Amino acid sequence: MPPKYHVLSVLVENRAGVLARVSALFARRGYNIYSLAVAPTDDERFSRITVVVDVEQAPLEQVVKQLNKLIHVIKISELDPRDSVERELMLVTVKAPAEVRGQIIELVELFEGRIIDVGRDELALSLDEHPERLDDLEELLRPFGIIDLQRTGRVALPKLERS
Amino acid sequence: MNTNGGQALIKSLELEGVEVIFGLPGGAILPVYDPILDSPIRHVLVRHEQGAGHMAEGFAHATGRPGVAMVTSGPGATNIVTPLADAYMDSIPMVVITGQVPLASIGTDAFQECDTLGITRGVTKHNELVTRAEDIPMAIRQAFHIATTGRPGPVLVDIPKDIVDPRNPASAMNWNWPTDAEVSSSMPGYKPTTKGHPKKIKEAAALIATARKPIIYAGGGILKARAAEALRELAELTGIPVVTTLMARGAFPDDHELCLGMPGMHGNYTAVTSIQKSDLLIALGSRFDDRVTGKVDSFAPDARIIHVDIDPAELGKVRRADVPIVGDCRLVIEEIIKALNALGGPESRIDITPWRQQVSAWQELYPLVYEQSIDGDLLKPQYVLEQLRDRSPADTIVASGVGQHQMWTSQYWKFNYPYTWVNSGGLGTMGFSIPAAIGAKVGRPDRTVWAVDGDGCFQMTAQELVTAATERIPVKIALLNNAYLGMVRQWQEMFYGERYSEVYLSPDLPDYVKWAEAMGCVALRVESPDEVGPAIDKANEINDRPVVLEFRTDASEKVFPMVSPGTSNDQIDVGPLQNGLGR
Ligand SMILES: Cc1ncc(C[n+]2csc(CCOP(=O)(O)OP(=O)(O)O)c2C)c(N)n1
Ligand SMILES: [Mg+2]
Repeated sequence: MPPKYHVLSVLVENRAGVLARVSALFARRGYNIYSLAVAPTDDERFSRITVVVDVEQAPLEQVVKQLNKLIHVIKISELDPRDSVERELMLVTVKAPAEVRGQIIELVELFEGRIIDVGRDELALSLDEHPERLDDLEELLRPFGIIDLQRTGRVALPKLERS
Repeated sequence: MNTNGGQALIKSLELEGVEVIFGLPGGAILPVYDPILDSPIRHVLVRHEQGAGHMAEGFAHATGRPGVAMVTSGPGATNIVTPLADAYMDSIPMVVITGQVPLASIGTDAFQECDTLGITRGVTKHNELVTRAEDIPMAIRQAFHIATTGRPGPVLVDIPKDIVDPRNPASAMNWNWPTDAEVSSSMPGYKPTTKGHPKKIKEAAALIATARKPIIYAGGGILKARAAEALRELAELTGIPVVTTLMARGAFPDDHELCLGMPGMHGNYTAVTSIQKSDLLIALGSRFDDRVTGKVDSFAPDARIIHVDIDPAELGKVRRADVPIVGDCRLVIEEIIKALNALGGPESRIDITPWRQQVSAWQELYPLVYEQSIDGDLLKPQYVLEQLRDRSPADTIVASGVGQHQMWTSQYWKFNYPYTWVNSGGLGTMGFSIPAAIGAKVGRPDRTVWAVDGDGCFQMTAQELVTAATERIPVKIALLNNAYLGMVRQWQEMFYGERYSEVYLSPDLPDYVKWAEAMGCVALRVESPDEVGPAIDKANEINDRPVVLEFRTDASEKVFPMVSPGTSNDQIDVGPLQNGLGR
């Protein structure tokens, strides 16, 4: 995760071209989008884009204001990681010959992940968890030899109030 | 099915109140051109699509109503990208309809296909590809709504051929004209704020009442918001002097005692310096453009800022505002006036007479000056502009190109009426003036319309004079022929040690008089000062065709004052004739 990252939750109309409009505003300024997750909300007319960007606070404010000007953008909130719940899904295929297979299964169980496919010398597993837990598992699997890895990008919602 | 997409498109434009379309047909837009024959809408056939776009802009500048242009796919669409960018920068309401290849061919590199939406995304307020004939009326309603509300701007509607071609079943549809309510509920993300926040308005009034050295920094937003009257009331109530930016010339009358004229890189000394020394800057529909601020760190260093803009993204973009107000300039100014009156009469505000005296002293010390030419020399451009100003009706609409001639026009013209200045500020588009003047004249046929153009600019869009001659649109062109890309020459002289690289154009190649005549214009060449007045008088009398007056002007003349790029406004160079004065 980049050091100055910000998580934006952008509620948009669920229609063609919206993602291009949103991402163009970052691209124009040379800002890399670190991760991106898009899917319809409970109301099919709208989608929520969760975007993680590596930008300083001041330019980010300007981008957010410009995003707000897009006709198809309904609402934008910046989600402070301290005040939000975050999840991400990761699928990994890892080398798993008989002699280490047990170790890998143990790791997956420890992380409360799941084995989703089994090959002769490979295992495929999934984990949906806080993005940092995904980082940890990835780190621990790396020495075994990762063959394929795909993460979805984080999704987030504000934490619920408790008082 | 009671109609087809092509007819629905033209009918939608009629219902939106469109009187004129500037355009040029081609394969993909052909089906829409057929119903034009039966429509009361006037179509002006341009010679290049860039001309159509600038005409639509000129029309919008002069009338406040959205300009409309229509072009074909591919090269037609790419040719209108510059006017879109221009209108986007200067917040001009404009609707551009582009033809597109049939839906099934999109993305196949079909003949005359280009990714119009992708290309224009960054230079439009909004753009939309319509994929079903029945969606056309809504798309047009949305386009006009978006173009004309909030911060105005260009909207492009891309129309695939099959949904407008009556020979194609995909074009069949039932007519349905969406209601206002349906239009706004179709865009849940679009709700411009027009009313200023009452608390902020009170804070603004309090700052105004306690300022010792206030300046009103009026921008193009005043004109967009139809706020010239309100601005005048505010200025007269408070006695606060007003600067009008390049985009706001005419928003406050130049002959008003409180008017200080244009600030910025080529602003006059008083406008620039009074901003620098102010303790309160009331920015109304202006956006702290780099051509106004000079080096931002040293811009108006002691000033508190009230910033009123309809676009929330402008607030705090360049300079943090002490009192930011999102809203329509007219509504907000009216509220500020009420809040000031609620504080009491003049005794409730600090007396700013000493500040007014200081400002007047600067005006006396540093008027705009130039040296008259001596016999046999080339004409002074400033002299030509003074003559043009004094010999044309007071409410003449003036369009300009981009370069030295533009700055001199803004400096030397007396803009006493709103909507009389048509120019390309934000993008600085050479070639803007001729088509923009044509569009302005179409919108305001009752007014005299002059385009002040440079020789470089003229060569970019002169072909539209054929359009003007054909359509009997009697615009007048004052061509300041200095045989150079003059503004670039000025920079090379001042900042590149007089090394002139690729700026010479020649005074007589092309022969502008012959060229203008060939395009159906009356044309005259003017070389000596005593010919200037009579030539202008003659041009002003011609009302049945376009006129081109070619003035041979002095290339060594430079635009002053000047704040060199990247330097502070405090380092304003008033030019050789005034250097050393009062310092
Ligand atoms: C389309 C475009 N290309 C280049 C420029 C850069 N530019 C700004 S002013 C200028 C010279 C304009 O020459 P001319 O029309 O003769 O006006 P003058 O400055 O001589 O009055 C140029 C090349 C521009 N503004 N627009
Ligand atoms: Mg020139």
